[in-house]
Amino acid sequence: MNLDWLNFTPWSALAGGMLIGLAASLFVVANGRIAGVSGLIGSLLQRGSEGLGEKALFLLGLLVAPLLWGVFATLPPLEFQNGWLGLTVAGLLVGIGTRYGSGCTSGHGVCGISRLSPRSMVATACFMLSGFVTVFVLRHVMGG
Amino acid sequence: MRKLTAFIAGLLFGLGLLLAGMTNPTKVLGFLDLAGTWDPSLALVMIGAIGTAIVPLAWARQQTHALLGSPMQLPVKRELDRRLIGGSLVFGIGWGIAGICPGPAVAILLTGHWQAFVFMLAMLAGMLFGVLETRRVH
Repeated sequence: MNLDWLNFTPWSALAGGMLIGLAASLFVVANGRIAGVSGLIGSLLQRGSEGLGEKALFLLGLLVAPLLWGVFATLPPLEFQNGWLGLTVAGLLVGIGTRYGSGCTSGHGVCGISRLSPRSMVATACFMLSGFVTVFVLRHVMGG
Repeated sequence: MRKLTAFIAGLLFGLGLLLAGMTNPTKVLGFLDLAGTWDPSLALVMIGAIGTAIVPLAWARQQTHALLGSPMQLPVKRELDRRLIGGSLVFGIGWGIAGICPGPAVAILLTGHWQAFVFMLAMLAGMLFGVLETRRVH
């Protein structure tokens, strides 16, 4: 295995992760809710789910974060690897998969593992595994 | 007050994603590419996040109500069923194609890239399909 020393950013990754953990902690301790982004969006799409105001405001905070960042510093680089077709297929799979699997990287990966939920550990292992396999197939089997 | 803490939590979450570099699909795919030159950053993001959240979440599990008075709403499901496993595997395929998961998908929407809108529209369509299908089953 070759480490990508050029792009590996251990300190900002750790600090950013701690900020994410702090945000998830605040939401659960103050509001009693899990900061799972796919779940929050999913309940906005569903009629009659409760706490819509709080859920929408969490998502609004997430949405405007780059605008606040932009006031003080230049935004970090954003490089996409797909055209519209790849993005559409990927978006559909992420949308369907997170609804069926009841969560994503935030809800299962961060919050679920933090509360030691076996369901979330299994879910995280599954999406990590299929993510690794997908990238391996796309980059090293099909080449490109 | 609950709305304010919800907003601040979302804001901190987004700033954390930006600081960690997780809003950049190429960086996320660099983590998922074990056989290429591997960028372990995402693993450190997870360690930082879980290390920070584990004690507050352990506290939360002991409570019936959150600090601001609303009931503590933690997931209650326990089964390791086909929906959980199948759904997560499908999610991982999409994540592996684009390097974008739902949190960053929201956090990059207003950065002025058309790609973010295409991904978001497709993701919402996928979620809507899931929501409608769930309603049919139950």
